[in-house]
Amino acid sequence: MKKVGGRLLALTAVIVASVVFFLPSYPPLYNELPRWLRAVLPDKGITLGLDLQGGIHLVLEVEEDRAVEIAVDRAVVAVQDLLLEKKIPAESVKRAGSSQIAISFQNPDLRSQVQKLLDDFPTYVEVETSGTANSVGWTMREAEIKRIKDSAINQALETIRNRIDQFGVAEPLIQRQGQKQIVVQLPGIKDPKMAKDLIKQTALLEFKMLDEEAQMKVELPGRILKGKDREDALLKQVESKVPEGDQILFERVTQKDGMQEYLIPYLVKKRVMLAGDVLSDARVSIGQFNEPYVSVTFDAKGAREFDRITGDNVKKRMAIVLDNTIYSAPVIQERITGGRAQITGTFSMEEANNLAIVLRAGALPAPLKIIQDLTVGPSLGRDSIEKGVRATLIAGILVVLFMAIYYRLSGVIADFALILNLVCLIGALAALNATLTLPGIAGIILTIGMGVDSNVLIFERIREELRQGKTVRLAVDSGYDKALLTIVDSHVTTLITGFALFLFGTGPIKGFAVTLCLGIAINLFTALVGTKVIFDVINQRRKVEQLSI
Amino acid sequence: MFEILGKTNIDFMGKWRIAFAFSGVMVLLGIIALVQIARGAANMGIDFAGGTAVQLKFEKPIHIDEARRALESNGLAHAELQEFSQENKLLVRIKAATTIEEKTAEQVMAVFRKEFPDNKFVVESSTEIGPTIGQKLQSDALIAILISFAGIVLYIAARFELRFGVAAALATFHDVLAVLGAFYILDKEITLLVVTALLTLAGYSLTDTVVVFDRIRENLRMRRREPEGTIMNTAINQVLSRTIVTSLTVVIVLIPLVLGGGEVLHDFSLALLWGVIFGTYSSVFVATPLITLWPGGPSRLLKRG
Repeated sequence: MKKVGGRLLALTAVIVASVVFFLPSYPPLYNELPRWLRAVLPDKGITLGLDLQGGIHLVLEVEEDRAVEIAVDRAVVAVQDLLLEKKIPAESVKRAGSSQIAISFQNPDLRSQVQKLLDDFPTYVEVETSGTANSVGWTMREAEIKRIKDSAINQALETIRNRIDQFGVAEPLIQRQGQKQIVVQLPGIKDPKMAKDLIKQTALLEFKMLDEEAQMKVELPGRILKGKDREDALLKQVESKVPEGDQILFERVTQKDGMQEYLIPYLVKKRVMLAGDVLSDARVSIGQFNEPYVSVTFDAKGAREFDRITGDNVKKRMAIVLDNTIYSAPVIQERITGGRAQITGTFSMEEANNLAIVLRAGALPAPLKIIQDLTVGPSLGRDSIEKGVRATLIAGILVVLFMAIYYRLSGVIADFALILNLVCLIGALAALNATLTLPGIAGIILTIGMGVDSNVLIFERIREELRQGKTVRLAVDSGYDKALLTIVDSHVTTLITGFALFLFGTGPIKGFAVTLCLGIAINLFTALVGTKVIFDVINQRRKVEQLSI
Repeated sequence: MFEILGKTNIDFMGKWRIAFAFSGVMVLLGIIALVQIARGAANMGIDFAGGTAVQLKFEKPIHIDEARRALESNGLAHAELQEFSQENKLLVRIKAATTIEEKTAEQVMAVFRKEFPDNKFVVESSTEIGPTIGQKLQSDALIAILISFAGIVLYIAARFELRFGVAAALATFHDVLAVLGAFYILDKEITLLVVTALLTLAGYSLTDTVVVFDRIRENLRMRRREPEGTIMNTAINQVLSRTIVTSLTVVIVLIPLVLGGGEVLHDFSLALLWGVIFGTYSSVFVATPLITLWPGGPSRLLKRG
């Protein structure tokens, strides 16, 4: 028989370490500790998963094709400008498909002039247009498409991070997943809808001019009731009358009583006069009727542009468009030189706040699609913890009782190992700063059940040895020896499944796998070291004639 | 000594025909379930199939039929409802076909707000999963299952011999299929958590099988002259009480979890509970006879020692 002193010491050290690591996970106690002690102790313990503390988990997909389309649309405008500048009378310039530009003209002689324009657009190449003499097609280079898609996701990631930072969430997780997905985890969020809107809003701010001359001819109704189908119906009805280069956008208005929402259609020139990328700041202000609005400040370049645009268009109406919705369409009374503008509309204080945040953080390069959305309210989490803890306690008590009755004193020793098991498992989880999820709690409970398994194997073996008439000391030693192989084999097989779960599981499943694997490893330790030490101590004190097993 | 079983001498090996008939039926059910899953005809959870689940907690009791009618009259006809009546909770599930852009979760909430204005509710959880995520999960789950099985067969084959490894793997498949079949028959939803439970029970059932195999290996080395069937029968009888006790402790733990662990963990722990019971049965009645059915010459282990 080996010396027990060293093993007893190791056992104590493990228990102390577990408690030390666990302490930060239990703030009521941790915060009571004197400061010098807290300085020594680890400061982070187990974090509760979203399913236990509530919050949202989103997987977003960047619509990268849209990012390419947006870039091509911008190039279309640039081509139009260039044609005007060079006085080439082209008929139309359009985006074709997602990455092509089609330029058509009446007079085939213009062809070579148009083709020369390509020199100014190095990211495009000409495509062979079969047979048609009065049109030219360009397509974006593959490398450029790839670059735009790549930068779209990185920019989206950055923008979301900025917005969430400003929104203020404790311990958010924002990371890229795979080629075009972004995972956002916001624990403990009170208003999930608002947070989702904040993340998802493209926040593309544009200033566009109203096409007041053509407005009459299109015969737009004064206002329509809100509704996607009504919107579509109207668009379809007037489609043929809308001049090229114009579009219809809606302003949302709510009646004074706040019950009925209307849409006011406007005919707007597609050309973007100024966009949100020239903003340097956006703040919420309160107007004279106590209504919140957002005032934006342009950077130097933006201010110069805004100055020029307003100067050129005095007495005309300019639409302030955010994500294709008109917020207001004021008449420009005079040249605006200060580099400031106001976005008014019917929004609450919170909405105005969010708008300011998204404008400051910048627009998303392309729309985002939510492909996974898990929202857990705080009440369910509390409920789950309560139930989980209760089930754990009941399960624990039942097992402890069963072992004590079935194996008497030895059962009590196994119960000690079980508690040791739990303490170590929780300590290990805390040391790893693991996230505890609901399946994780199930994993802990399962560990209780399996924790005594090894001891059962050992005890049954010891009983067998005793039956063969061996002395207690010999029976205990050979019982442990013979059970060892079985225990190792059976644990390794479970470990293999746990490992596979860890590698391929996501979120909660991973949490379960971690608890399971840790539980098994700790189990081995407590069964082979923990209980053996106690038996050895008993055997060392006096010669035991009979073992209570 | 307090013992559930004294010394037993039951002829387990002799009953293999009855056991195999029973197991055959269970495995067949499991295979049907698998085929249905592959065809997309099984009751898959929204985490695999994609869709929306909203769990609401109302202030006052809500009648499930009224709730269904309210949803139907507002164009949400395919909703599946489940109530946890003592707590006025209602779980609304709408599978696939919808994309998240339609904001199904918000539609559901709006319906209840409109139709039951004087019964306020809080949203306990809402889950919306796009179909692409579901497919990814399915393939991930499949890979996890394949890897763990390959790992287990290899490990056991290395520690024992190939026929033990194959028998253990088959017995484990049997347990997983049996539980899957039972879930299918009871029309229970196959969620990610249930799949996790299936994998866990695979691990557990193996533990159980290994305990029996271990004793067989030991006995094969010691009593080389006896016929294999007798050796195995003795081994099972020797380890019977520990097999039962170890399973019993896990069963003791799982029962409170099934009864009071909350709605999220209910099916998970139920799958584990059945798994443990099947696992115990299979290590005795399925895994061991399978070893003897393996064709081939005398065992490598028999010559050893």
